[in-house]
Amino acid sequence: MSSSVETPVFIQTKSHEALPPPNLARGPIAWMRENLFPSIPNTILTLVVFYLLYVAIPPLVKFLFIDAVWTGTDRDACRAETAGHPVGACWAFVWDKINYFIYGSYPITERWRVDVWFVLLAIGVVWLLWLKAPRRDVGAVYFFIVFPVLSFILLLGSDWVGLDHVPTGLWGGILVTLIVATVGIVFSLPFGILLALGRRSRLPIIRMASVIFIEFVRGVPLITVLIMANTMLPLFLPGDITIDRLARPLVGVALFASAYMAEVVRGGLQAMPKGQYEGAMSLGLKYWQMMVFIILPQALRIVIPGIVNTFIGLFKDTSLVAIVGIFDLVKTIEASRIDPSWSAPTIGYTGYAFAAFFYFIFCWGMSRYSLGVERRLAAGQNR
Amino acid sequence: MATTANAIQTSATVDPRAEPAVQMLGVNKWYGEFHVLRDINLNVRRGERIVICGPSGSGKSTMIRCINRLEEHQQGRIIVDGTELTNDLKRIDEVRREVGMVFQHFNLFPHLTILENCTLAPIWVKKMPKKDAEEVAMKYLTRVKIPEQANKYPGQLSGGQQQRVAIARSLCMSPKIMLFDEPTSALDPEMVKEVLDTMVGLAEEGMTMLCVTHEMGFARQVADRVIFMDAGQIVEMNTPDAFFKNPQHERTKLFLSQILH
Ligand SMILES: Nc1ncnc2c1ncn2[C@@H]1O[C@H](COP(=O)(O)OP(=O)(O)OP(=O)(O)O)[C@@H](O)[C@H]1O
Ligand SMILES: [Mg+2]
Repeated sequence: MSSSVETPVFIQTKSHEALPPPNLARGPIAWMRENLFPSIPNTILTLVVFYLLYVAIPPLVKFLFIDAVWTGTDRDACRAETAGHPVGACWAFVWDKINYFIYGSYPITERWRVDVWFVLLAIGVVWLLWLKAPRRDVGAVYFFIVFPVLSFILLLGSDWVGLDHVPTGLWGGILVTLIVATVGIVFSLPFGILLALGRRSRLPIIRMASVIFIEFVRGVPLITVLIMANTMLPLFLPGDITIDRLARPLVGVALFASAYMAEVVRGGLQAMPKGQYEGAMSLGLKYWQMMVFIILPQALRIVIPGIVNTFIGLFKDTSLVAIVGIFDLVKTIEASRIDPSWSAPTIGYTGYAFAAFFYFIFCWGMSRYSLGVERRLAAGQNR
Repeated sequence: MATTANAIQTSATVDPRAEPAVQMLGVNKWYGEFHVLRDINLNVRRGERIVICGPSGSGKSTMIRCINRLEEHQQGRIIVDGTELTNDLKRIDEVRREVGMVFQHFNLFPHLTILENCTLAPIWVKKMPKKDAEEVAMKYLTRVKIPEQANKYPGQLSGGQQQRVAIARSLCMSPKIMLFDEPTSALDPEMVKEVLDTMVGLAEEGMTMLCVTHEMGFARQVADRVIFMDAGQIVEMNTPDAFFKNPQHERTKLFLSQILH
């Protein structure tokens, strides 16, 4: 090659200053043009949505707030003819019944025990979920071992700590809803993981048992599982053992949620590249070490949205235990709704609006939390 | 075919007194109907460096993966460091503790830091105290020249750095034998050298190594023997000098002519 080639014109000979970034439009008008009216179809959609909001929001606000009755002691406050003005939501009713909604028929003098239980539950949840909390390992021990034992003693009562026995038939309302949801959530994750691993096991018996269980439970509605747990569980056990009426649907919900959780977790396991297994095996890790340290942490991370989705579904499904005669929040609202001293046209709507609000707060909280965790994990390690 | 392979093997300089690090005797393996490994006979002495090459799909990976039982062989015997590989899980664990492996795609654990990647197996498999394991890990990370990355995650490192971490991770288990499966073929050209240098260093310290690689410079520099595989068989096995200057088989000649130019 000769070295006398002339420098072609397209080669830069001096370096250029960096240019400022392109001018990005700012301000509300620019934002609206960019996000609401960027094209004709989008403009039409925006207008339709605005119209729907215009139709739906004002009556809702009118019902829930403007026409709502906030104080009162009986139905007279919430009937248009006695109150003398149109009546929307009757919050006075919710306020009057709030203790029933929270505690059910739990004896009034013992309700402090439930309050303590709520606090213990909150401590456990925050300790586990707050990623920066100190000693989260102790938190796990507390939540999964100490807390269940304490709950049992505290809520049911025990002679040797001097707490009166409160039969579960008296429990109700938010207390029961939270118990069912907590038990379901706490049991479904570990059982779901075991079932998912079982379904991928190399031992045919374990694999078959897992598949049959998962497919059977997923193949029937939760109501069926609950009714079966209610009526058939006692049949399987020797006659002198009776299972508590509250414990039966707990078992049903936990089994049901486990089957769904198993499929979610299996999805995560299948997404794991083969190389991760091989890397772990080549280092001499045993099966359980490989699963606990390498595979599950990554697989579960992948399926956090699916796990939380299952939790949210489970939380709402707890309202179905009402069908087997358990007084959860929905059932206590149902029972109060027909109380003659509060018979008024909007009582039912108000009660259900309250239930909707309660469920929404919890489910929305779970959803937000999982989004936050995902974002943190994504920031922590980019592949 | 097998007889020629055997003949070449005995003609190569094998010291019959030393107990071999790896012994493969008449190993056969099938994937369903497909016969991947055909009558493999191979003796690897302690401290010996072996380079394995051959066309894609010839069974190179499968052969070295049989040595730490990532793949199961169906016929013949494989004896690693005096332990014969059978279905006995205890023995498989024993062998895997002694045999390190480096993969084409690193297979680091992305959710653990570099240091945790290196200390996990020593802590849980060798029951080493965490402090000691970290010391050992830092020693090897220093050797592969990336101690300053110890607290990063694998995703934050370049390919060459990741592969060096993978080597360090294996070394932390103080293996007697190292297996390499195309350790440089997923790397950008400018990173190949840093990984090869690490491997050369390892060879100079007397590690027993089996490397599947097409880096012929590396083979010339460190290999005691070069093996050429085709269609699941060991076709030719010789010292690098003889192998490159005077290949015996047509298939070897064809293969060499393709990869050397
Ligand atoms: N799990 C498997 N099931 C069926 N066939 C397989 C499997 N793994 C590998 N094979 C086949 O076995 C043959 C040998 O594969 P192997 O990975 O050992 O080849 P290789 O020599 O390492 O090739 P490369 O240079 O491409 O890595 C290939 O034809 C491949 O298609
Ligand atoms: Mg290969």
